[in-house]
Amino acid sequence: MKLHLKGAHLVDPVRGIDESMDILIVDGIIEKIRKNITADRSYEVISLPGKIIAPGFMDMHVHLREPGYEHKETIATGCAAAAAGGFTAVCCMPNTNPVIDDESVVRYIQDTGKKATKGLVDVYPIAAATKGRQGEELAPIAELAEAGAVALSDDGSTIASAELMRRIFEYSSMFGLPVIQHAEEPTLAKGGVMNEGFQSTRLGLPGIPPIAEEIIVVRDCVLLRYVPHAKYHVAHVSTAGTVEVIRRAKANGLPITAEVTPHHISLTDTVVDGYDTNTKINPPLRTEEDIAALKDALRDGTIDVIASDHAPHTIDEKDVEYTIAPFGIVGLETAVGLSMTTLVTTGILTLYELVEKMSVNPRKIVGVGSILIQEGEKANFTFLDPECEWVVDINTFHSKSKNSLFHGWKLTGRAIGVMNGNSYTFFI
Amino acid sequence: MQQILDAKGLQRTINRLAHEVIERNKDLERLAFVGIRTRGEYLAHRIARKIFELEGKQLPVGVLDITLYRDDLRGRLDQPVLKSTEILFDVKDKIIILVDDVLFTGRTVRSALNALMDLGRPARIELLVLVDRGHRELPIKADFVGKNVPTAKTHEIRVLLQEIDGDDSVYLVNHDRKKE
Amino acid sequence: MKLQNRHLLGLEGMSKDDITLILDTAESFKEVLERPIKKVPPLQGKTIVNLFFENSTRTRISFELAERRLSADVVNFTTSGSSVAKGETLKDTARNIEAMKIDMVVVRHSSAGVPHFLSRVVKANVINAGDGLHEHPTQALLDMMTLRQKYKTLEGLRVCIVGDILHSRVARSNIFGLTTMGAEVSVCGPATLIPRYIERLGVRVYHRLEDVIPHIDVLNVLRIQLERQKSGLFPSLREFHRYFGVTKEKIEKAQHPITIMHPGPINRDVELSADLADGPHSVILEQVTNGVAVRMAVLYLLGLSN
Repeated sequence: MKLHLKGAHLVDPVRGIDESMDILIVDGIIEKIRKNITADRSYEVISLPGKIIAPGFMDMHVHLREPGYEHKETIATGCAAAAAGGFTAVCCMPNTNPVIDDESVVRYIQDTGKKATKGLVDVYPIAAATKGRQGEELAPIAELAEAGAVALSDDGSTIASAELMRRIFEYSSMFGLPVIQHAEEPTLAKGGVMNEGFQSTRLGLPGIPPIAEEIIVVRDCVLLRYVPHAKYHVAHVSTAGTVEVIRRAKANGLPITAEVTPHHISLTDTVVDGYDTNTKINPPLRTEEDIAALKDALRDGTIDVIASDHAPHTIDEKDVEYTIAPFGIVGLETAVGLSMTTLVTTGILTLYELVEKMSVNPRKIVGVGSILIQEGEKANFTFLDPECEWVVDINTFHSKSKNSLFHGWKLTGRAIGVMNGNSYTFFI
Repeated sequence: MQQILDAKGLQRTINRLAHEVIERNKDLERLAFVGIRTRGEYLAHRIARKIFELEGKQLPVGVLDITLYRDDLRGRLDQPVLKSTEILFDVKDKIIILVDDVLFTGRTVRSALNALMDLGRPARIELLVLVDRGHRELPIKADFVGKNVPTAKTHEIRVLLQEIDGDDSVYLVNHDRKKE
Repeated sequence: MKLQNRHLLGLEGMSKDDITLILDTAESFKEVLERPIKKVPPLQGKTIVNLFFENSTRTRISFELAERRLSADVVNFTTSGSSVAKGETLKDTARNIEAMKIDMVVVRHSSAGVPHFLSRVVKANVINAGDGLHEHPTQALLDMMTLRQKYKTLEGLRVCIVGDILHSRVARSNIFGLTTMGAEVSVCGPATLIPRYIERLGVRVYHRLEDVIPHIDVLNVLRIQLERQKSGLFPSLREFHRYFGVTKEKIEKAQHPITIMHPGPINRDVELSADLADGPHSVILEQVTNGVAVRMAVLYLLGLSN
């Protein structure tokens, strides 16, 4: 297989390149990178004028649901959705059944992932920090790390015990694994289904106050200061207060990183009006002030990563009373388009910075090695069309589930293809 | 638009109806009027007033809102505003003179009879109308008629009363443009 | 005259004209309720289901009476606990309603938004008989009817809602309805039982009855539930009664008569003293009577809209 990627603009924050480049690829390996290459007839030309080549995107917060909840999503359908959304790598969360708290489950997911996508999407399991995600005993972290788990998290639940969180920091520091916290203090959040604020008062739904998130991040920062060499990553930051805590922690040199989801910067809690259960998300959609703070945090680097928190649920599971509906929406197939629309077209982030937040930084945080776009390295690309205007249609989703809030949204910019070694696909 | 009764004619008709009521009901003790909203109410009051002038006896007058009993209630784009029925006397064993302005298909009277029956069991109900214009769709006949007016279906009988319309008069309106 | 919406999901956003139409119509039905034969025929042939996923005998009986007096056919579906526990989802229930050709649904549920959910999936008119902590529109309508009878107009009337505002759908519906009608609404209760940002709904917040009593005409006293004590929202019924319980002694400080309302059932001598509940300024029984009239009006106006 010999390919000539012609006329595209290369955005590579790893090597600091932001200009037009042609790339020749032979059997999945980069042979040559130059401006205006003239190659012989044996190369298939892929003409990409006005398009962007970026290092392959990673979504570091995805629920693939397998094993255990294959009616919502499987590793195969989740990876197909990831590829269609422009990702060549995903990190999958351990709230499966069985929970990813055993090396056999880590290996099962790795193997299934390899088979499912023929190498197009790399699947990196995140292991539970505690046994069964019960928040009581340490998971076998050493074994999980050795099996290839890239991070630890009880996502969906908070590691509520301060003592246990300290021990997780200490134990994981031996392996350099980041601990990803779903920050939600359980007694403050108890029974809540949406942001606590004016809208919850109006709609009569129990609220999850922003302080439930902030108090956990504050506490974890205190612990982090005490435990040397631990790594801490805050999942799906949703409030202005959390942004402030992280900003201060970073200024003090703490090893803290953070992510935000595209939906938390696109929608506020006003969309809960009408009680569409797809608006039920954890952490909940907040307010305009929070969105403004999150955007600032993306701009100034307080937030490192954009991740989708892809949370598939079937229509029947979502089509119930608001208070009993499960939390979450799918995100893999809208993440890039939403991020480009809300952040790049508005000038909040440059495309270069977006690539950092969707490719470079997540890979750095979970320690899977940077994608090197240079001769002799494996090709691992996400192709973007920053001008493309399109309409989200849940019926075209590759994901098994359609629980999106963005059906019918007009977006500007999207991924048009992905390449990972010998595998590649263009969908536009 | 053709005038059928002017103010004077209308008053004369009411006077005559009052006389007829007295004549046919020797026992005024049991007599009571019930006017069907809206114009039947005012006609009932006028006749009762006339009887008071003639006999020195104030007969009770009630008002019946038949909205809830209409058979054309559902599917109407413009729902009639529901008003109260105000019958402050017991209808039981009374002779009720039901009063309306125009007798046409008979459906209004049917509704009124049902409504009245739900209030109790009168000894007898008699029907008094100002104008009978024919075209009955139900087996209903008035006991007292102010004026019989032969009409076509496309006609409308428009009764104006001082109390609400600022004028006393009865008109026949032809809605069929072709024939005009 | 017709209502803007074919469902009654809540009073938020309902126009002054629509509320007035319901209250005026209810007055006419009140007259019907005083007749020897209290039954009228306008909903003959209509089938109404009362879907009560949460126990409330009073509200259900009031609705049922209203329905029967309008000559509708009535089916009751009452289930304690969630329908999910019984293996039937709300969606299944909705589909059954469709299949049984039911014309109107009166629904009470512990989860806010269930009436909205039903209104999206069934063709029938949906009437909210209380959804979670959200709204209880017919209760607020009967409260407004009672107040309008007493004061002729709601414009400028000063009403204070006392007690557990946080968990009260009655409070929310009253706030939405009364503010639309031009009344001045305030709420009074312990800080733990007042939801955040409620002032944005156009009400003033008080934490001491003594502060608000001199400035109001009406006290609408809410029922306090003992389970709130267990969740740590107030220390004890004794303390609640002492500081937020409405007593003769406290309202006498107003030096003008204050009308007492309560949506029932009353915890006597907890949130409201017995002498006030049964006293000359109490309109609690009028509320119950008006409840049937208001529900007849709502059923009548919506039932004829199809």
